[in-house]
Order: sequence, then C-alpha cells, then structure tokens
Amino acid sequence: MIWNTLTYTGWGRVRSATAQVARPERSSSLAALQAETTAPAIGMCRSYGDSCLNDGGHAVDMTRMDRLLGFDPETGILKVEAGARIGDIARRFAPVGWLPSVMPGTGFATVGGCIAHDVHGKNHHGAGSFGQHVVEISLMNDGKLQKVSQSKGMKLFRATIGGMGQTGVIVSAKLQLLPCKGDIMTVTERRIENLDHFLEALDASQSTYTVGWIDATAQGEALGRGILEEAETGYGLVPDAKPSRAVPFNAPSWALASPVVRLFNAAYFRRVPERGRTSVKPITEFFFPLDKLLEWNRLYGKRGFHQFQCVVPVSEAAVLRLMLDKIGSAGLASPLAVLKRMGPGRAGLMSFPMEGYTLAIDFPNRSGAEALIAELEEITEKAGGRVYLAKDATLDPSHLAKMYPDVTKFAKLVSSIDPDGQYETDQTRRLNIRSHA
Amino acid sequence: MTETWIILGATSSMARAFARAVSKNGDQVILAGRDIPDLEASASDCALQGAPIAEAIQFDARDAATFAPIIERASELEGMINVAVFVGSMPSQDQIDADPSLIAGTVTDNYAGPATFLQLIAPEMEERGGGTVVGVGSVAGDRGRIGNYVYGSAKAGFHTYLSGLRNRLTRSGGHVVTVKPGFVDTAMTWGIEGMFLVATPDKIAADILKAVEKRKDVIYTPGFWRLIMGIITAIPERMFKKLSV
Repeated sequence: MIWNTLTYTGWGRVRSATAQVARPERSSSLAALQAETTAPAIGMCRSYGDSCLNDGGHAVDMTRMDRLLGFDPETGILKVEAGARIGDIARRFAPVGWLPSVMPGTGFATVGGCIAHDVHGKNHHGAGSFGQHVVEISLMNDGKLQKVSQSKGMKLFRATIGGMGQTGVIVSAKLQLLPCKGDIMTVTERRIENLDHFLEALDASQSTYTVGWIDATAQGEALGRGILEEAETGYGLVPDAKPSRAVPFNAPSWALASPVVRLFNAAYFRRVPERGRTSVKPITEFFFPLDKLLEWNRLYGKRGFHQFQCVVPVSEAAVLRLMLDKIGSAGLASPLAVLKRMGPGRAGLMSFPMEGYTLAIDFPNRSGAEALIAELEEITEKAGGRVYLAKDATLDPSHLAKMYPDVTKFAKLVSSIDPDGQYETDQTRRLNIRSHA
Repeated sequence: MTETWIILGATSSMARAFARAVSKNGDQVILAGRDIPDLEASASDCALQGAPIAEAIQFDARDAATFAPIIERASELEGMINVAVFVGSMPSQDQIDADPSLIAGTVTDNYAGPATFLQLIAPEMEERGGGTVVGVGSVAGDRGRIGNYVYGSAKAGFHTYLSGLRNRLTRSGGHVVTVKPGFVDTAMTWGIEGMFLVATPDKIAADILKAVEKRKDVIYTPGFWRLIMGIITAIPERMFKKLSV
C-alpha cells in the first residue's frame, strides 16, 4: 500500500495531524508517487510545532531514504540522501576527521529537515547556518528531479534552504563537511551569575562551540543566571557514549510543576563547581545531550509542550531581561532554556538566524502558556527580531512580514512552483504565507 | 578470511539493513535485484560503511538467465561465499482469489527462484569448504491460514528446501540459517491493517547477524514469535480450521 493514514505530531506534541503518509524507500517509488500526488516531505518530525504537519492532506516520509551516496576525502564533500540523520553522519565521519559543519541539538534530525529549516548549531557565531555548507540540492517537484546550487538555479536554491518543504521534496544533497581533530570534545563549563555577565561572556567567548543554559526560574539579582559551555573537538580516548534509554510513559503534570523545576534548576546550576570545570566527552554527548533519553518529550505529559525560540539584534539585548522577567513571574518555565550568541550567517530567504542573541525556552502546554508566548512574540517583533519556524506552533500571521522581510519574494516563487498549494503544511496555512505573493 | 555476501532481493529494507550491517563488519557485498539505480545507491552506502567491495548486479527471481552472471562474479572473488535471500512477494489473498494465476509468480518469488539460485551456487560453496546461507522465510510458512495461505505455503516450501540444503552443506563445513520474521515495518507491510508488535528492519538485521555468528539453524525474529507460532502450530487442525487468525 502506498498511502497509510497516520495521526502524528511534531516533537512538542501539542498539535497533531491525520494525513495520508507514504514512505518511499527508493527514488523510483518516490518519483512514481510524486507524479501522481504532490505532497510535502517530512523527516523525523523533530520540529516542535506544525511545520511537519499536514492535517487532512498527504505527506511523504523520507526517513527510509537515508543512504550515503559518495564522499570525497580530498574535499570533504558528502553526497547523502535526505532521510539520513545528522547524528549517524557525525558518528560515521568524526573518527576519520570530518563532521557535519553545522549540527542542531538533536542527532535525529534528517539532512532534509536541516536544510528545510536552515538549522543552526552551537558554532553558529563562527560557522553560520546549515544551509551555508550545502553545496547542491537534488530537488523533486512536478515529478522532475533537478539539481540546484549557488551557481545553478540560485533563486530556487535559496528558497529551498529554510523553505520548509514549500519548493518540493529534497531527495539528496551534497554537504561540505568540516575537518575536526577527532571524535571527542573538550568541554569547559562555568557558572554565570546573571544576565549581564552572560551576555558579556557570550560576546567574549573565543570557542568554536558555545552554548548557555539558563535557569529561567531565577529572578531578581540572579535573573539570567546559568552555565556557559564552551567546547572544542579533539582526539583521545573516552568511554563510548552510554546506551540510550527511553522515557516509558507520559509523565504526570506535577513532574514539571513550578516548585519542582525551581529545585531542579538550582541543583543543576550547582552541579558545576563554583570555579568551573573542564571535561572530555564523546562528541555525541556534547552535541546531542538529550538524545540519550529517547522520547524525552513524554516528560511534558500527554498535553505536550511548546518551545519558544527567538533571536533579537545585539542592540536590543535589553528585551531579553524583559522576557526572562515575564517568564520567571509566569512560573511556566521548564528546565530547558538556552541562550546563545548568533552570528549573521544565514543561507535562505526564510532562514531564522540574524546577528544577535537567541533565546529558546520550553513551556509545558498549560493554561497561560500560549498567552505568554504571544507576549514574547510581540516583544520579539518590536525588537526587530524573529521567531524560529522550526519551533513554532503559535505565531500570529500579522508578525510574519516584519520578522521575515523576504517572505514576499519567497511566496511569489513558491506560488509559481506550486500554484495549487500542494506543498502547504499546517504551519504555512496558519501563517498564511502564500498570501504574501 | 575474506567474506562475501551475495544479497538477493537487496532493494528490500530488511536486505538493506543487513547489507549495511555486514559492510560495517568489513565484509564484501554483491547486491542483487531488479532496480539497478537503487542498488547502486545502496552499494555506495555499503562502500562508505566499510565494505571493501560493494557492487550492484541484476537479479530477477522469475528470470533464471540472471543467475549465472552473479555466480560467475562470486567465483572470481577470494574467500568465503555467503548468500542471503530476501526475495519474496506477497499479493493479498483477495488478489489471488480473484486471479489464481498469481500463484505461480508467488511460488517463484518466494521459493522456486531463490531455491534454483542456491542449487546452482551450492557446488561453489562446497568446493570452498564453508560459507553461510541465510534464507528469509516467514512465520506465515508455519501454518496455512485463511488470510494468506498461498504466500504461506510458498514460504513453507522454502523452509523445507532450506532444511534440506542445511543437511547437504553441513557436510562441507557450510551452514544454513532459516529466518522467520514476524511483522516487520517494510514497504511490503506499510499501511496493512492489523499489524502488531512490528519490528524495525535494523532489529531483524541484527538478529540475523547474531544467528549467523552463533550458527543457529532456525530463528524467529523478534524472538517472541517462536512462542506465538508454538501456540498456533499446537492447535489441533479440527479446531484450527474454524478459526480466523
């Protein structure tokens, strides 16, 4: 059978969709089904909101097309099918001195998904976004396969990177890998006492990989306190990554009630000694810390959670204090909150990154969460920032044009490729993206 | 010792997972099937996973003329020759009821084709004094059920053939593993209702590899299917004939 009726969700599990899903295993079956029914591609559904959902429609699950097609050890260019997972590529190539140039926070993300959301990683300030290291994309639309790159079909290339599947199905891609010293990481962790110190420390960091964990429950003097992690790749011997474990069931709602989170965060903060520490870890443990805990989204219970992620320009750093204040007093934050300095690097018309600070926070889906997120979105827009569509399930369409000034150009191109809106998803319909054409 | 795996029906997801697993062990692979461009993509993958030789070659269970070139190619390679059979097809019982002529093809795909191939390559394996055959059958071959007894009977024939081949190859140091998978999450079962306890192709591949290393004769994968099929085969026929399981 080609089409299977499935009800599925994004990683946040707040929104769900029931769609006809096909899962081709070969290019020939993909071509055959696309010739008959045009549908957006999905991967591991690690985006949080509704960018992978197409309720009442069709979707093409690309996860079975996951083969490595070629690697040139001279140039470090890897050709790979779109369903391959970033973590698998890292595990395969790090021991021989190469890494995906950019890796998101989960190794389960597929190459196709990383391109379609132009993801960033802990090295964004230096390396830029994922799409900046994509050499070529093989794209299927209208039943035809075409190759696009910076030099050929550049417009389509730039609309596909960060284009959330709206230009067609990404079948395979050539990625420029990054030389690395080996498959271990040297990680330095330091406590940071408050937000001002955090911003200073992020600005001053000379490390290739930098990320900050924030205690979003801290208020007053301690607002914005957290732990700064700085890391470099290296070679040496460390024990293998521990086997992963799964969360066996949905956690009850009190598991992440606000006093519990406050206690957890305080303990987590003190886990790092006052004078800091340096340790070595397997590469995957640094890049994909949560992948060890399979299905960790169940910790938020069956109602799921939202992740809010914004970036604001450097000059608007003050609004971060305002946001953290609102979050702290709302008592809705979870232990998962991240602050990072971003560089200017972005590769597509609809790419998220901009030079500035990015803040990402999980909120259990409780009453008040969506209202709080709406406020944070408002603040982000006023500050000239934007929210990340890979995480989004709530953004009001009125904010879109200001946050994504190239949306008109994008919508025009997409509408010309797909006039009937066959590649639309729940997210593009909610944000009314095509109306900007 | 260099090991070469000839993988018949290499485009299936179980075969792909198995090819990847043996490639990671550093074995050579010959990927045989009908969709050559797809097999070439898999061969690239196997080479990058660690296979010193990874090639795609034409194989059609219904066209015996495709068999000889594969055996010829294998005979050029040094070391042990192993064969893993993943070919098969499963038209629904309804389709077969509507068109009984589908039976011949089903028997060829699941039994006669691969058995002919194995019969042709057995002397080469005997000459080399070893090698393993992995034959993927099905739990459906353990008992004829109203839901798919044509497919089941073809697999049953294949099981019996493998048992005989095991008897033969043992004498020259070779070995045969009969694999009976339960429900596996593949393109063949995608969207079929009533599936439960579905295993991933990677899990099946890992189980097969373990069985090859331990020289097991017959395995059920996942293992609990041995219990399920033990119960199903224990039901007396006069009761079973009234059931729809």
